[in-house]
Amino acid sequence: MASRLVASWGNVFRAPHVVYDMRGRDDSIPTLPPGETLLPFGNGRSYGDSCLNQGGASLQMRALDHFIRFDRDTGVLVCEAGVLLADILRLVIPAGWFLPAVPGTCYVTVGGAIANDVHGKNHHREGTFGRHVRQLELLRSNGTRTVCSQAENPAWFAATVGGLGLTGVITWAELQLRRIPGPWLDVESVRFANVGEFFALSEESERNFEYTVAWIDCLSRGKRLGRGILQRANHGQERPRAVAPAERNRSVPFPPPVSLVNGLSLRVFNTFHYHRQLTRRRRTRDYFRSFFFPLDGLLHWNRLYGPKGFYQYQCVVPTPHAREATVELLETIARSGQGSFLAVLKGFGSVASPGMLSFPRPGITLALDFPNKGPALERLFESLDSILTSAGGALYPAKDGRMPGTLFRAGYPRWQEFSEYIDPACSSSFWRRVTEGA
Amino acid sequence: MIIGATSAIAEATARMLAERGDALYLVARNEARLAAIAADLSVRGSPRVGCEALDANDFAAHEAMLARAESFLAGCDSVLIAHGTLSDQKACEGSVELTLQELNTNALSVVALLTRIANGMAQRRAGTIAVISSVAGDRGRGSNYVYGSAKALVTAFLSGLRQRLVKCGVTVVTIKPGFVDSPMTAAFAKGPLWARPERIAAGIVRAIDRHSGTVYLPGFWRPIMWVIRTIPERVFLRLSL
Repeated sequence: MASRLVASWGNVFRAPHVVYDMRGRDDSIPTLPPGETLLPFGNGRSYGDSCLNQGGASLQMRALDHFIRFDRDTGVLVCEAGVLLADILRLVIPAGWFLPAVPGTCYVTVGGAIANDVHGKNHHREGTFGRHVRQLELLRSNGTRTVCSQAENPAWFAATVGGLGLTGVITWAELQLRRIPGPWLDVESVRFANVGEFFALSEESERNFEYTVAWIDCLSRGKRLGRGILQRANHGQERPRAVAPAERNRSVPFPPPVSLVNGLSLRVFNTFHYHRQLTRRRRTRDYFRSFFFPLDGLLHWNRLYGPKGFYQYQCVVPTPHAREATVELLETIARSGQGSFLAVLKGFGSVASPGMLSFPRPGITLALDFPNKGPALERLFESLDSILTSAGGALYPAKDGRMPGTLFRAGYPRWQEFSEYIDPACSSSFWRRVTEGA
Repeated sequence: MIIGATSAIAEATARMLAERGDALYLVARNEARLAAIAADLSVRGSPRVGCEALDANDFAAHEAMLARAESFLAGCDSVLIAHGTLSDQKACEGSVELTLQELNTNALSVVALLTRIANGMAQRRAGTIAVISSVAGDRGRGSNYVYGSAKALVTAFLSGLRQRLVKCGVTVVTIKPGFVDSPMTAAFAKGPLWARPERIAAGIVRAIDRHSGTVYLPGFWRPIMWVIRTIPERVFLRLSL
């Protein structure tokens, strides 16, 4: 079998894998030599090592990219697990439907979206992606195929949603879409001077807007700590004469020799971005693509971080300690001077996540990219970890490549229950790392 | 109508045609795969998708299949022939049977289909026939000449057919893809010359719409193959291509 280098989105982790392809949804999982394991791999948008299985096999799922059924009256879509969310949107938006939860990129597969139980800017209303999965088929290495839903085989459903591909292979899924009036959004951008204002603004916004997300200047300190711009939006009516912007895909052709994200570029960008909006409040009409997937316009943007790649730190701080812990996290990051153009703050709502290992829970989530600076960065991460631990928070496996096993196990108390559902043929670098020695 | 509809290039082409609302008749060997593709194309917008499992090497079955396609589509205005296998050159060198089988699949079955389809379209004085040949057919190379010679036969056959049918208003399109990143080439290491099937498909649809004669896909293969064809034999013999 072909051995090939498989990398994840952060470009820090790349490892040779024996590569197998699923060709059709009727294919069975390839038989492996005894002791070997595999991991289903979608479109490689996980940042760290949760989509990798170093020393083992990778089962490529992208060829399972067929639609199976689409009911234009009820908005029920059935498709194979390798279909990209981008393909779904291209199909369903003209018919007046939309995915009820979308992450920050549409270049993820349906299987990947389920396995990481992804969330979007409307988490406070709709919860995670997994909540809108009516049913899915789980193929196990022993050849059994099980249809799972909240009602049918609910334990298998709860293990597979957010299950990081470890419970077997998701071959197809049935999704419930939601009606929209058109592809445009009425967006309001509101500037806030510090993290205190953010909390007030966020709470108010969640009542009246379906989508909310805030960009923050991760370098500002003192009275300006956590200043930024909050975007809040609702789906708007179709404008009869509006022309949809063409899908332009510029690409970063190769990684520059050093990261273009550094102390200087960061300070310039953040200051400029904050002050670019001259008024406190600005209203715009945005096309769905630029609102939901601003980074997808630049293919391979991950290469901007250079050959050493980058880490993302996305954590959630549960409600009781959300305020103090967020302030502490932001102070620590600002003091370190590290960080990225895109630091994101968002409130998670109380809609329960369906998966045993789902990341979203009521509270505040903070996400930042960091160019890989080796030990200096790890020291920063360790101080962030300790703030998170005392606040009872958790890190997002889909974005992680380094969290200590203790932090994972504290943040995901159902991990042992989950491990009963792992397919004997499946494993991942992430899973071995965070359960080692436990 | 698409013959070899489960190939990556054919499927990507079919998706583009479905999205613009064309009715399709799909022919391929693998019935389960065909059914999955047919359902997918219906969802994507094709008003009618028919399919038929057939081995292109079963020449006797061609006529009935073509008749069924004709009646399903109520007259078939475009045909894409896309089936083929990438021959294992080393194995072919040691086996007459295998070599002949590869020539059968990649050349003779195409000729058999083309003869019947061409006569039908000539009679109706309308239609477009597009066939996937290959840059490999432009000059036989030591590493791949069984596949290459089959494609050379197809290319020459199409060239003659085009000349014959142009008078009847029938278009014949020769498609010469370069390296395509598909399941057929899963075992190869990919470099900058490789293209995704979607890109080839867009070129095929464009060529069919424009009634092109011969297209290289992507277009940069035209100058590359010009160079390869013009290398003097003395020099060519020393190259390992």
